[in-house]
This record gives sequence, C-alpha cells and structure tokens, in this order.
Amino acid sequence: MSTATRSLPRTIGAHAILITYTMIALFPVVLVVMNSFKSRAGIFGAPLTPPTPKTFDLIGYTTVFGQGDFVHYFQNSLVVTVLSLFFVLLFGAMAAFALSEYRFRGNTLMGLYLALGIMIPIRLGTVAILQLMVATGLVNTLAALILVYTAQGLPLAIFILSEFMKQVSDDLKNAGRIDGLSEYTIFFRLVLPLVRPAMATVAVFTMIPIWNDLWFPLILAPSEETKTVTLGAQLFLGQFVTNWNAILAALSLAILPVLILYVIFSRQLIRGITSGAVK
Amino acid sequence: MGSLKIENVKKAFGPVEVLKGIDLQVNDGEFVVFVGPSGCGKSTLLRVIAGLEDSTSGRVLIDGADVSVTPPAKRGIAMVFQTYALYPHLTVKNNMALGLKQAGTPTAEIERRIKIASAMLSLEPYLERRPAELSGGQRQRVAIGRAVVREPKLFLFDEPLSNLDAALRVNTRLEIAQLHRRLKATMIYVTHDQVEAMTLADKIVVLNAGRIEQIGSPMELYNAPANEFVAGFIGSPKMNFIDGARLGETAKTVGVRPEHLTVDANSGAWKGTVVHAEHLGADTNVYLDCEKAGLITVRIFGVYNAEPGATLYVTPDAAKTYRFGADGKVLR
Ligand SMILES: Nc1ncnc2c1ncn2[C@@H]1O[C@H](COP(=O)(O)OP(=O)(O)OP(=O)(O)O)[C@@H](O)[C@H]1O
Ligand SMILES: [Mg+2]
Repeated sequence: MSTATRSLPRTIGAHAILITYTMIALFPVVLVVMNSFKSRAGIFGAPLTPPTPKTFDLIGYTTVFGQGDFVHYFQNSLVVTVLSLFFVLLFGAMAAFALSEYRFRGNTLMGLYLALGIMIPIRLGTVAILQLMVATGLVNTLAALILVYTAQGLPLAIFILSEFMKQVSDDLKNAGRIDGLSEYTIFFRLVLPLVRPAMATVAVFTMIPIWNDLWFPLILAPSEETKTVTLGAQLFLGQFVTNWNAILAALSLAILPVLILYVIFSRQLIRGITSGAVK
Repeated sequence: MGSLKIENVKKAFGPVEVLKGIDLQVNDGEFVVFVGPSGCGKSTLLRVIAGLEDSTSGRVLIDGADVSVTPPAKRGIAMVFQTYALYPHLTVKNNMALGLKQAGTPTAEIERRIKIASAMLSLEPYLERRPAELSGGQRQRVAIGRAVVREPKLFLFDEPLSNLDAALRVNTRLEIAQLHRRLKATMIYVTHDQVEAMTLADKIVVLNAGRIEQIGSPMELYNAPANEFVAGFIGSPKMNFIDGARLGETAKTVGVRPEHLTVDANSGAWKGTVVHAEHLGADTNVYLDCEKAGLITVRIFGVYNAEPGATLYVTPDAAKTYRFGADGKVLR
C-alpha cells in the first residue's frame, strides 16, 4: 500500500475488526488444543486457563495412541481425503474444460445438469447409496467413501472451474494447436497452470467437509479396518462416561493434516494471484 | 510452394452466418491483407484457413491440396496472434522450439533455426527469459519468431500490432515488411488499420459483413474503388459522400476524396463555412459546411490558416470524382 492511500484511523479500525474476528474464529480451536494438554481435573476445574505445571498432562495423547488404532484411522482419513480430492480436481477440471472449450449439442444442458448437485445434498440419497454399495460389495471399503466424496465434490468444482476456464485466452490454446500440441497437452500444460488459483480454492472447499465428515464413514465404512479419525474419536464418547482428554487430543491431532494441506493450497492461491496477467 | 485457394467458404455459428461465401486466390510469395470493420469475419476466415475452425461449406486448398481434414499443425502454416499467446511457463527459446519439438525436428536443426530467427528479430538477449519479463513489443517479436522458425508455407497474422503503441507499431510494421522480403513467404495479414493495409499489402481484400467487397492492389482500391463501401474504407480522412440530388446529378451519391478538393478564398464550385481545422503540420484538414454539399472534409497539403466561421470556396477535381448508383456500385 502506498502512503497516499493509507490513513491511520482507517488502518487501526480495519485491524481491530480483523483481529476481533480472528480471535472469535480461533477461540474454540485454541480451547481444544489447550485443554488437550491438561488433566481431567484441569479441564473441568479451569477450562479457560492454559495448562500449568500442575494441570499439564499428556494422558489424552497417551490414551489416543495406546487405545484403538489411531495411526491407522489417520491413514484412512488421509487416503480418503487425498484421493477424493485428486479425483474431484482431475475430473472436475476435465469436465469444466470440455464444457467451456467445445461446442457440442446439449452443452448448456449438460453444464446445468452437472451443477444441479450443488443444490441437492448428496445425503438425501444415502439409502440408495448404501444399497448400491451393498450390491457392489463395496461396504466397509475406503473405495466406497472415495466414490461418494468424489461425486459430492464434483458439481461445485465443475461450476467454479468452467467459469475460470472460459477466461483462459483462446489465442493461447490455438497457438498450442498450431504447434501440434494434443488437446490433453493443451489442457494439462497450458490451461491447468493458468487456473491454479481456482483449483486451490476448489481444493480447500472440497477437502474440509470430506475430512470432517462423520455421516458416510459411519454408514458405509464403520469397520475397524476402514474407520476414519472423526469416526474413531467417537470411541471415547460414551453414553455414560466421556473421555474428554482423549477426545480433545484426537481432535487436536485431526487439525494437523488439514492445516498442512491448507497451507500448501493457499500458497498456490497466492502464487496464482501474483503471477501476473496473461498478456 | 505457398499458394492458397479458397472456394465458396461459408461459416455459420448456429443461425448466424458470419462468412457468406468467400472465394479467393493467393499466389506464392504474396502479401495479402484482409481489412474490414470490426466483426466482419476477418479473424473467422483466418481461423478457417488455419484449421482452428471448421467451415460450414466450401474448400480450402493449400498448394493445391484440400486441407479440410488436415489438423492445423500439419497444414504448413504459422500464426501470430493479437494477444501474442506466448506460453507463459516457457522461456523465449522454448516458446520458439515447442512446435518444432512436437514435429520431431532434430535438436541441431531447431538450434540453427532459432539462431537465425532470433538474429533476424534481435531477440538474442532475451532467449532465456520468460514472456512475463518482456515488454509488449518484445513479446510480439517472440511471437513472430515462433512463426518464423517453423518455416511455414503460409504465415497468418491476426492484428499483430493492435496491442502496441503507435511508435512501436511503425517499427514492427517495418520489420514485418522486411521479413516478407527476406523470406519470400506467402503472408496473410488481418488488420482494421488501413494504413497497415496500404503499406504492407501486395493485394488487399476488403471484407464487409462476411462478403468480399473488392480485391486489388492498394492503388487499385484507392483509384478505382468498386463501390461506396470500399471508397469510404480506403483512404484517410474518409472520402466525402454527397447526395447526388443536391448537386443535380443523376447518381445516387457522389464521392470525392478530401485530397481531391481545392480551396480558394474567392471563387469555386461550392461555397462553405469553416467549422473546424485540424493542423497536422504536413497537412491541414478543414471541415466545411457547404450550402450545396453539406459537411465535407478538405485535406490541404502544408499549413493553411482557416479560422472557424470564415467563408471558403471548394472545387472538386472532376477527373477524381466518383459516382455511385442506388446499389452502392460505382457508375462508369
Ligand atoms: N465462437 C463464436 N460463436 C459465435 N459467434 C462468433 C464466434 N466467433 C465469432 N463470432 C461472430 O462472428 C463475427 C465475426 O467475428 P470475427 O472475430 O471474425 O470478426 P473480426 O472481423 O475479426 O473483427 P475484429 O476486427 O473486431 O477482430 C462476429 O459478429 C462475432 O460475433
Ligand atoms: Mg479479429
């Protein structure tokens, strides 16, 4: 920002609002992480204070790693999220390219049909999906989850990406065609890098609901082998006794992978925005 | 090698007919310019020639061979785009090399061609840079270089200069003219700037609303326009068109170029009042409101002092006055 466009009261005001919002948004997260390092007495005695030498306790983490197969749950979550994300981005981008680049009969109709999924929640079809998975023998496999999440993520991905792909210069694609590049090379080498910011946005929007989902793992893959972290954490949520230490520790650990993925994508986002215009 | 023949090419986007039957013959080594107003179908015609767009009907022949089913890369053409369209992730050198690599040209041959082209276009200092690190003029030269290294039968340019500023445009125009002379290649060049058309072309094709209005050398179009549209489109300032009835003529419209009118303070054919004068140094454009002819433009060579409101007489050069019929065609 240049000095000419900066005004002190306005800067202070803007920062005050942003800081307040950040604190409100981070408060629950901080509370979870803080209390995960405390003993049970510490959590209930003074939930809002950070761990002191007296209340500090790693019992939550030792329970999580000791009981159940948490490392395995983590692996499951990660496999499901990353693979679903990969397929959503790949198929979403390909469909978006076809819709925005090629003139064929029923193009608009196809676009509308693919975007319809944004408005209809996939959970409405749970019963049918379950029947389908039973019939195909995919119940209690990670593949079931990956398929469902890919379907769930595609509509928004196609919608956002096709808007962005329309903006990619026709001349550039035509230059590629004259140089003898195949349509696949044009798509992967010329178009995809230019819509990278949009891909990162779609990735973030797709990833978080998948990672946090409890519904489909509970219904389609509740077996010990295929449990995800969110489902695994339910282990400590008893009808009569709840192991808060373990739950808080599990939740704190569950934040880490999403955080790492988010950092990766947001870096792409910023690089895309600052890489400059096409011309 | 390098001739082009277009036979009755039509192109429609849905119900909209953009090209309404184009016939054209371009000989080997010719520099042909397509001119016409915005939206008349110049780029569409060029894209049909390149194979980036299928024609609805008609044939395109390059060197006598029908290329209707030949993909763009195999047609022996190269194209330079208005927006440069350089590959943003590749260096200047790789931008030029990509097409040749795709065609399986040996590395040594690629190196040789890039060396020649970059020397021709003074691109040597920038070979390792990416397009984002170049100025507009440099980018357009890279785009031209990318076309040159392919050693095509046919160069296609789609308004290559319209994103450049005026000074750069003159320079690059000169470079393209030199390039044509040196390579002796066939070139097709699209522009809506008639100065570019007049200075570069061996042959100008004037397009309007999807039809060819006239084909001819720059001087043919200037001296013998076939119709009112061409007469108005070629020449700057624009030809004056005067309602024939007002002059007591049988023709629907009478046309006379601003440079074919002489002014006199005391006597002449038409009496008028000076509305405005533009002083360009080498010439002066005077806008006159005439009793008989309405608002007309007169181009006077050199400096001429004309105050708004002053009375002047103009006389058209009878030998250089054009008469147009009701259908817009010139009457002879
Ligand atoms: N893909 C398309 N779909 C529908 N209409 C199109 C398409 N491409 C071009 N047109 C229409 O075809 C007409 C001619 O377009 P074209 O780009 O050939 O014009 P042009 O002569 O190159 O104009 P300019 O000087 O502005 O570049 C325009 O009216 C345009 O709206
Ligand atoms: Mg155009």
